[in-house]
Amino acid sequence: MTLKIISSQCTSCSACEPECPNVAITEKNGTFVIDPKKCTECIGHFDAPQCAAVCPVDNTCVIDNAYPRYQAPA
Amino acid sequence: MTSLDVGTAEAAEGVNAAVAMGDVMQKIAEHKGCGTSGGSGKASCGSGAGEGDLPTEIWEKVKNHPCYSEEAHHHYARMHVAVAPACNIQCNYCNRKYDCANESRPGVVSEKLTPEQAAKKVLAVASTIPQMTVLGIAGPGDPLANPEKTFKTFDLISRTAPDIKLCLSTNGLALPDHVDTIAGYNVDHVTITINMVDPEVGAKIYPWVFWKHKRYTGVEAAKLLTDRQLQGLEMLTERGILCKVNSVMIPGVNDKHLVEVNKAVKSRGAFLHNIMPLISAPEHGTVFGLNGQRGPSAQELKALQDSCEGEMNMMRHCRQCRADAVGLLGEDRSAEFTTEKIMAMEVDYDLESRKAYQEKVEEERVAKVAAKQEELATLAGAASDIKLLIAVATKGSGLINEHFGHAKEFQVYELSTSGAKFVGHRRVDLYCQGGYGDEDSLETVIRAINDCHAVFVAKIGGCPKNDLIKAGIEPVDQFAHEFIEKSAIAWFKAYLDKVNSGEIEHQERGDAEIRQGALINAA
Repeated sequence: MTLKIISSQCTSCSACEPECPNVAITEKNGTFVIDPKKCTECIGHFDAPQCAAVCPVDNTCVIDNAYPRYQAPA
Repeated sequence: MTSLDVGTAEAAEGVNAAVAMGDVMQKIAEHKGCGTSGGSGKASCGSGAGEGDLPTEIWEKVKNHPCYSEEAHHHYARMHVAVAPACNIQCNYCNRKYDCANESRPGVVSEKLTPEQAAKKVLAVASTIPQMTVLGIAGPGDPLANPEKTFKTFDLISRTAPDIKLCLSTNGLALPDHVDTIAGYNVDHVTITINMVDPEVGAKIYPWVFWKHKRYTGVEAAKLLTDRQLQGLEMLTERGILCKVNSVMIPGVNDKHLVEVNKAVKSRGAFLHNIMPLISAPEHGTVFGLNGQRGPSAQELKALQDSCEGEMNMMRHCRQCRADAVGLLGEDRSAEFTTEKIMAMEVDYDLESRKAYQEKVEEERVAKVAAKQEELATLAGAASDIKLLIAVATKGSGLINEHFGHAKEFQVYELSTSGAKFVGHRRVDLYCQGGYGDEDSLETVIRAINDCHAVFVAKIGGCPKNDLIKAGIEPVDQFAHEFIEKSAIAWFKAYLDKVNSGEIEHQERGDAEIRQGALINAA
């Protein structure tokens, strides 16, 4: 799995962008998006996904079930 | 001294005078009750007073900063650039999702800017509005949660427009980490929003804070925030940076507690305290708006401000402006300076003509103060306990120069034998739109100034005149285009004479409503 940003709720405040340890977040068409190839759900970096922890709108940075669970490299 | 020299002098002062300023700040902090009586008629000592009341170093810093000097706000304009969208805390009175061009409150902007766009905008505005003296970064998030963008903007502007004062406003969470950088850019005015010093109270205002990669909630979050705010305040005042403290008055949550906040920030050297009414219209979608938390009435707000005055300087002229506001505090010219428009503008930044214009403003200002003093002298010896409020329609410059029907706001002065004291302002809808009266709008105006005995205007139509008289508010138009304070004192003198002769009986007025909601920009 990875996290995704629900674009209709994103205020484009950019708070998540610098917090991402994987530089997975960029601005696209006025809102921010997470690159699922880069997102690690912050596993191995922090206790909680940083984008969700700093986001001002609840339930906007959420787990994207379309992707398999991230596996930390052994 | 050229404007360039002012910038250089301030830069030097920042380095050399830090120690001396510490002493000055201490003196100011100890300087209690700088007098709402005593005949000077000033609004509150620091924010309203003239040069004579303040140490020269402080006066030089505040005299053309509209937010730090009540007197300056009639003459000088400021602008905010919205380069800082991210925030590191959540407040129950803030909702970042809502964004409307007509919405006038902090945290809301029409478009965010890059530091480069912001620098261009500052030059464009400074060339168009020569009395624009202050650039602030106030969000729409928290400037210090966006440190690279904020400081890059300061860096660009300090190079291209060195005569403009730099200013920022923060929630304080990240402040201790950035005090040295702030001092390095010669930012000599910093505002911290402090709504509590008790974490139990804070837990009702802040659902969470984000600090060092972790979201904290409840009392723990509020404790962290208050500790960082007070530490940051102390670090700034030690460096001689003037600090204003903003507090949102939330009835039943922190209204009584703000007296404690006032003492706490005063003891740490804050220069000015700005207690603002909560904005909580349900349509803004904030937690407080949705759960029915009310804001204070005009009387409740004034009573709290009055009770803190004497403890320290109180700001009463705050318009709770947007993070992209442009112009005098009571006006909003941001629509003239959209990114599209400024990028197309040819900017000719002329320091000399700005300086010449500002010298003219200073002359006007001196004339205003002299007129007030002269009129005040004629009130000497009058003995009366009567204190009353009047509303004034003004476009700025300290003059009664606005038509009743065109006023977007009224300035409120308290009159007594001590003189005329600015105590606030009331926003109103544009009453007159397209040349015909609208009864509902008139009722809105009356509710907003219902605590006033009279309303001073440059001009007023026959119908609203009669309705005001029926509501017990005297419309006064014989002082059109004259100085506000001088005219108010003259009117008050005549009022007292009429009371003394028994011609009229003095009666107390009721409370008034603090208007919320969208600012209608119809012109």
